[in-house]
Amino acid sequence: MAMNYLYPEYEAARNYDRCITCRACERQCANGAHEYVEEADKMVCDDSKCVNCHRCVALCPTRALKIVKSGNTYKENTNWSGKIINELYRQAESGGVLLSGMGNPENFPVYFDKILINASQVTNPSIDPLREPMETKVSLGAKPRDIERDENGRIINNLPPQLSLSMPVMFSAMSYGSISYNAHESLARAAESLGILYNTGEGGLHEDFYKYGKNTVVQVASGRFGVHPEYLNSGMAIEIKIGQGAKPGIGGHLPGAKIVGDISRTRMIPEGSDAISPAPHHDIYSIEDLRQLVFSLKEATNYEKPVIVKIAAVHNVAVIASGIARSGADIIAIDGFRGGTGAAPTRIRDNVGIPIELALASTDKRLRDEGIRDNVSIVVGGSIRSSADIVKAVALGADCVYIATGALLALGCHLCRSCHSGLCNWGIATQVPELVKRLNPDMGYKRLVNLMTAWRHEIKEMMGGMGINSIESLKGNRLMLRGVGLNEKELAILGIRHAGE
Amino acid sequence: MKYLIIGNSAGGIGAVEGIRQIDKEGGITVISNEPYHTYSRPLISYLLLGKITEDKRKYRGADFYAKNNVKLVHGTVKRIYPEDKQVILSGGEQVSYDKLMVAAGSSPFVPPFEGLDGVPAENRFAFMCLDDALNLNKALDKNKRVLIVGAGLIGLKCAEGILEKVAGVTVVDLAPRILSSILDDYGAKPFQELLESKGIEFRLSRGVKRFEGRTAVLDDGETVDFDILVLAVGVRPNTALLKDIAEIDKGIVINEKSETTAPDIYAAGDCVQTVDASSGESKIMALLPNAYIQGECAGINMAGGEKSFNKAIPMNAIGFFGLHVVTAGNYTGDKLYTEREGNGYKRLFYGDNKLNGFILVGNVEKAGIYTSLIRERTPLDSIDFALVCKKPGMMAFTREERNIKLGGGAV
Amino acid sequence: MGCHLCEYYCAFAGTDGSDMARALKGIKINPRIKIEEKDGISFAVSCRHCREPLCVKGCITGALTVADGVITIDRDRCVSCYTCVLSCPYGAVSPSDDGAVQKCELCVKTAEGTPACVRGCPNNAIVFEERECAE
Repeated sequence: MAMNYLYPEYEAARNYDRCITCRACERQCANGAHEYVEEADKMVCDDSKCVNCHRCVALCPTRALKIVKSGNTYKENTNWSGKIINELYRQAESGGVLLSGMGNPENFPVYFDKILINASQVTNPSIDPLREPMETKVSLGAKPRDIERDENGRIINNLPPQLSLSMPVMFSAMSYGSISYNAHESLARAAESLGILYNTGEGGLHEDFYKYGKNTVVQVASGRFGVHPEYLNSGMAIEIKIGQGAKPGIGGHLPGAKIVGDISRTRMIPEGSDAISPAPHHDIYSIEDLRQLVFSLKEATNYEKPVIVKIAAVHNVAVIASGIARSGADIIAIDGFRGGTGAAPTRIRDNVGIPIELALASTDKRLRDEGIRDNVSIVVGGSIRSSADIVKAVALGADCVYIATGALLALGCHLCRSCHSGLCNWGIATQVPELVKRLNPDMGYKRLVNLMTAWRHEIKEMMGGMGINSIESLKGNRLMLRGVGLNEKELAILGIRHAGE
Repeated sequence: MKYLIIGNSAGGIGAVEGIRQIDKEGGITVISNEPYHTYSRPLISYLLLGKITEDKRKYRGADFYAKNNVKLVHGTVKRIYPEDKQVILSGGEQVSYDKLMVAAGSSPFVPPFEGLDGVPAENRFAFMCLDDALNLNKALDKNKRVLIVGAGLIGLKCAEGILEKVAGVTVVDLAPRILSSILDDYGAKPFQELLESKGIEFRLSRGVKRFEGRTAVLDDGETVDFDILVLAVGVRPNTALLKDIAEIDKGIVINEKSETTAPDIYAAGDCVQTVDASSGESKIMALLPNAYIQGECAGINMAGGEKSFNKAIPMNAIGFFGLHVVTAGNYTGDKLYTEREGNGYKRLFYGDNKLNGFILVGNVEKAGIYTSLIRERTPLDSIDFALVCKKPGMMAFTREERNIKLGGGAV
Repeated sequence: MGCHLCEYYCAFAGTDGSDMARALKGIKINPRIKIEEKDGISFAVSCRHCREPLCVKGCITGALTVADGVITIDRDRCVSCYTCVLSCPYGAVSPSDDGAVQKCELCVKTAEGTPACVRGCPNNAIVFEERECAE
C-alpha cells in the first residue's frame, strides 16, 4: 500500500530479556502477527496484524509480552476523535459498511453504575447466607390471575408451563455458526450442571446437543434456520426472536464461506449459501400475527413449553411489551443496546437502541399499570456484567437476566471485537478446526460453572445484606435502589429515588 | 522348586528376573564359568577406553543376587544328566535341578590359521570376555603394534578401545568392507573413512594366509608385523552341553517359549537358534536384547507362567568415535528407500507390503519406529509409509492406532 | 493445539532454575516430550512407561530400570550405545545433548509432583493417569 492511512492502534510489546523464543506466540496467533526470524534468532511482531486479543500474552510462558497502545496520536480533538477519523478512512478506502463484533463500546451512560443497593442496619436485620436458607430459585412463565376452584371447592392447577431455574440467570442466544461447537458444548454442560438454561440462537440445535434438551431454549428467528418439529420439542422453551439489542431493526448475516458441514446441516440450508436472517419475520406484520405464531408453536409442542418473545430495547419498548404480554407469550426477553453480536454494522450497533435499565423500568411499570404484569415474566440482557447488575436488574422489575458476553469472557474471550473475521484465537467465534480445538469444553464449562457459582453466592450476600431471603422479595423492589448522579427525569423513569432521600 | 541357570550374562539374568516375577520363593542357582559379578560383555571395549569403572561394568547392582535370593556358583559345568536332573561341575560337584536353563553364550571362533601356534600365547588374544579385555589391557603400551583379524563389530570396538594406547592398529578382513554383517557398501564408507582418519589401517578383501612368528602373511603376499594379535573373526555358540540331549542345528533349537526339545530344559542367548521374525528363517541372532528377552521368557515359563517371544530380529546399535549406526532386520525386499546427507545415511529395505530391514547412520532418532514396523510385520499400506520413510514417528499411524498407542486403549 | 509449550516446560523442568526466562534464554531446547505435527493435527509423544519396556530389556549396561512403574535412566551408567533408541516403538527415547540418552521420567526427579508438561499445557491436552494398555 503506497499510503498508510491507518497506523496500527495497538502494539505487542516484547521484553526481550524474558523472551526465550519458544514461538508459542507465533504458533498461536491466527492473524500471523508474530514471526521467528531465524538469522537473528529473534521473535518480531507485525503490529498491523494485531487485533489485541491477548492470546499471545496469556500463553507466553515467561510473561514477556504485553499489548500497549501504539501511541500514534492525532492532534487532540473532542469532536473528531482519532477513532472517528480512522473509521472514515476505512470507508474511504473500502466503500463498505463498517462491521463490528461484540457490544456497544461507546461512551453512553451505564445506568447500573449509577444505582446503589440498600443494606439493612438497625430495623430490618440482615441475613447471613451461610447460616440461613436463601432462595435464588426462580420460576419463569405466565402466572394465573385468580385461583380457580372446581365444583368441590378444590383448587384447580391452572398454572401454565413454567421454567424452573436455580438462579435468575440464563445464557443468552448465540448461534452455532457465530460461535463454535466447543463453545456450545461448554454452555450446554454448564447449564446442565448449574440447573439453568442456555439458548441455541438462530443456528438450530446440533444433533449432539439434543441430550442437553432439559437445559435448552430453542430459538425461532426470522430465518427459521434449523426449525422442525423435533427441534421445537427438544428444549424446555421456545424463543421467538424479533430483534436483538446490538442490531435492532435489521436481520443477521452469516457468510456462505462459514456454511459448511455441521453448520449447513444444523441450519438446514445448502453448503456455501449465505445465511441471511431477514429483518422482520415475514409472517409477522402485526401484533395479531405474533399471536398466531405464538400459538402455532404451542400447538406444535402440545402446550407444554413456554414461549419467549425476544425484542430489542427501542424507544417504544414498553408499548411493544404490552402488546406481547397480550399475545399469549409467557415470557418477554428485552435486549438492551449494549448487547453483543458476532457481526453487526458498527453504526447500528453504536447508535440504535436504548439502555436496558431504562427499558426494563418503563416496561415493568407499564405492565403493572395495565394490570398485566403477571401475564409474563421479564428477562433482560444487554450487558449484565456482574452479580450486582443482576441484583439491580431484579430490583428494577426483571424476573431473570440473560448473559452472553459475560459467558464468553469466562470461556476466554478478551473482547478484541474481531469476531466478524472468523479467526477467534480463543476458539469461540470461529469455525476453523485448528482454532476451535483451543477451547476445551472440559475446561470451559467448569469456568462457567465457577463464575455462576460465585455470582450466586454474591447475590445471596447482597440479598442477605438487604434483609431479603428470596429473589421473589427482591423482584421489582425499587425501594432497595437509590440513584446517584442521575437527573430528575432519569430517576423518574427508573422509578427510584436519589441517594440521600 | 529348584531352578538351575547355566550362564551369568544377559540370558541368565533375564531368567532370574523372569522367575522372580512369578515365583518369589523357589531356589535359584546360577553357575558362571567366570569369576565375576554379572557384567555386560558389550562393555568390555568401553573398559579399554577407560570409560567404565568396576562398579559401572556390573550389569546389575551389587546387591542383585542377595535381593533376588540367588546362589551364585563360580564353576564350569562339565556335563548335564537329564534323566537324573543333575549337572556335574568340573571340580566334581553335583547340582540337581527341577528346571534347567542353558545360557552358555558363545565363544570366539579360532580359524585353523597356518602357523598360529607359532604366535606366542602372551601375544595372542581373543576379545570376548572380561578376562580377554583385562589381559589385553595389561599387554598394551605405546610401542606395541596391534594386528586385529576381523573388521566386524567386535574387532572394530576393540580397535577403537585400544587406539590411544598403542603405536598403531591394523585390521584385516576377508570382506570388501568393514562391518560387513550389518552394513552395505554405502553405509560402511563413512565409518571406514572416520576410523582411517583416526589412524587405523585396513587391509580388506584379504585374509591371513599364514603366521610366521610375529608376522602375518596376507593372501596377496603383503606382510604385517605385529606385537599383539587379536582374533575377532567370529563366534560359535556353546552348544556342547546339550549335545545328544536336545535338538541342535546351527545352535540350540528353542521354540517361542524358550523351551528346548528336552523336557524341563530351556535355553536363551547367543547359544540358541530361533526364528527371525523379519524373514521367517531359523537362525542364531546373538544380540543382547534378544538374549535378555529370551531368558526372561524362559524364566517365566519355568516358574509356571505363560510367556512367548516370537519377535526376535537381528538388531544392532553401535558407534565409533561419535558416529552412530543402528540396524535391524534383513536387507531383503525388492524395494529400497535411500537418503544420504553428508555422513548421514538411511536405507529402508521393503517389499511385499512389509518392511524387512533398515540401516541408519548418523541421526538415529526414532529408529525404534522402524524396528517396530519390522517386528510387528505391519502392513505398510495401513500406515502413511511415505511419511515414515522421511520422518519416522507416531504421525504415520492412523488416528485409531494413535489413540491406542498414545491414549491407552483396551484392545 | 500445536503451541509446543509442553516442550518448553519439560526443558525448564530439566534445569535447576527458578525462572523460565533466565533458565532457557538463548538455549536451543532438547526436551524429553516432543510434538509431532502435520496438517493441523498435533500431539505430544513421550515415554509410555510400558509394562513390558523394550528399552529396559535391551539396555546393555542396566542403566534403564523400572521403579514404581516409572522407567528411569542412570546417566552415569549410560554409554550411549543407543540400543534403547533402536528398541522404543514410540520413538520416545533419544540422544541428549551430552550423548547419554534421555526420556520422560514423569518429573520424579524434580520435586514437583505433577509432570511439568501436564501443568503447562494450556488446553489440558496431556493427561496424567493410569490407563490399561494394549500390551
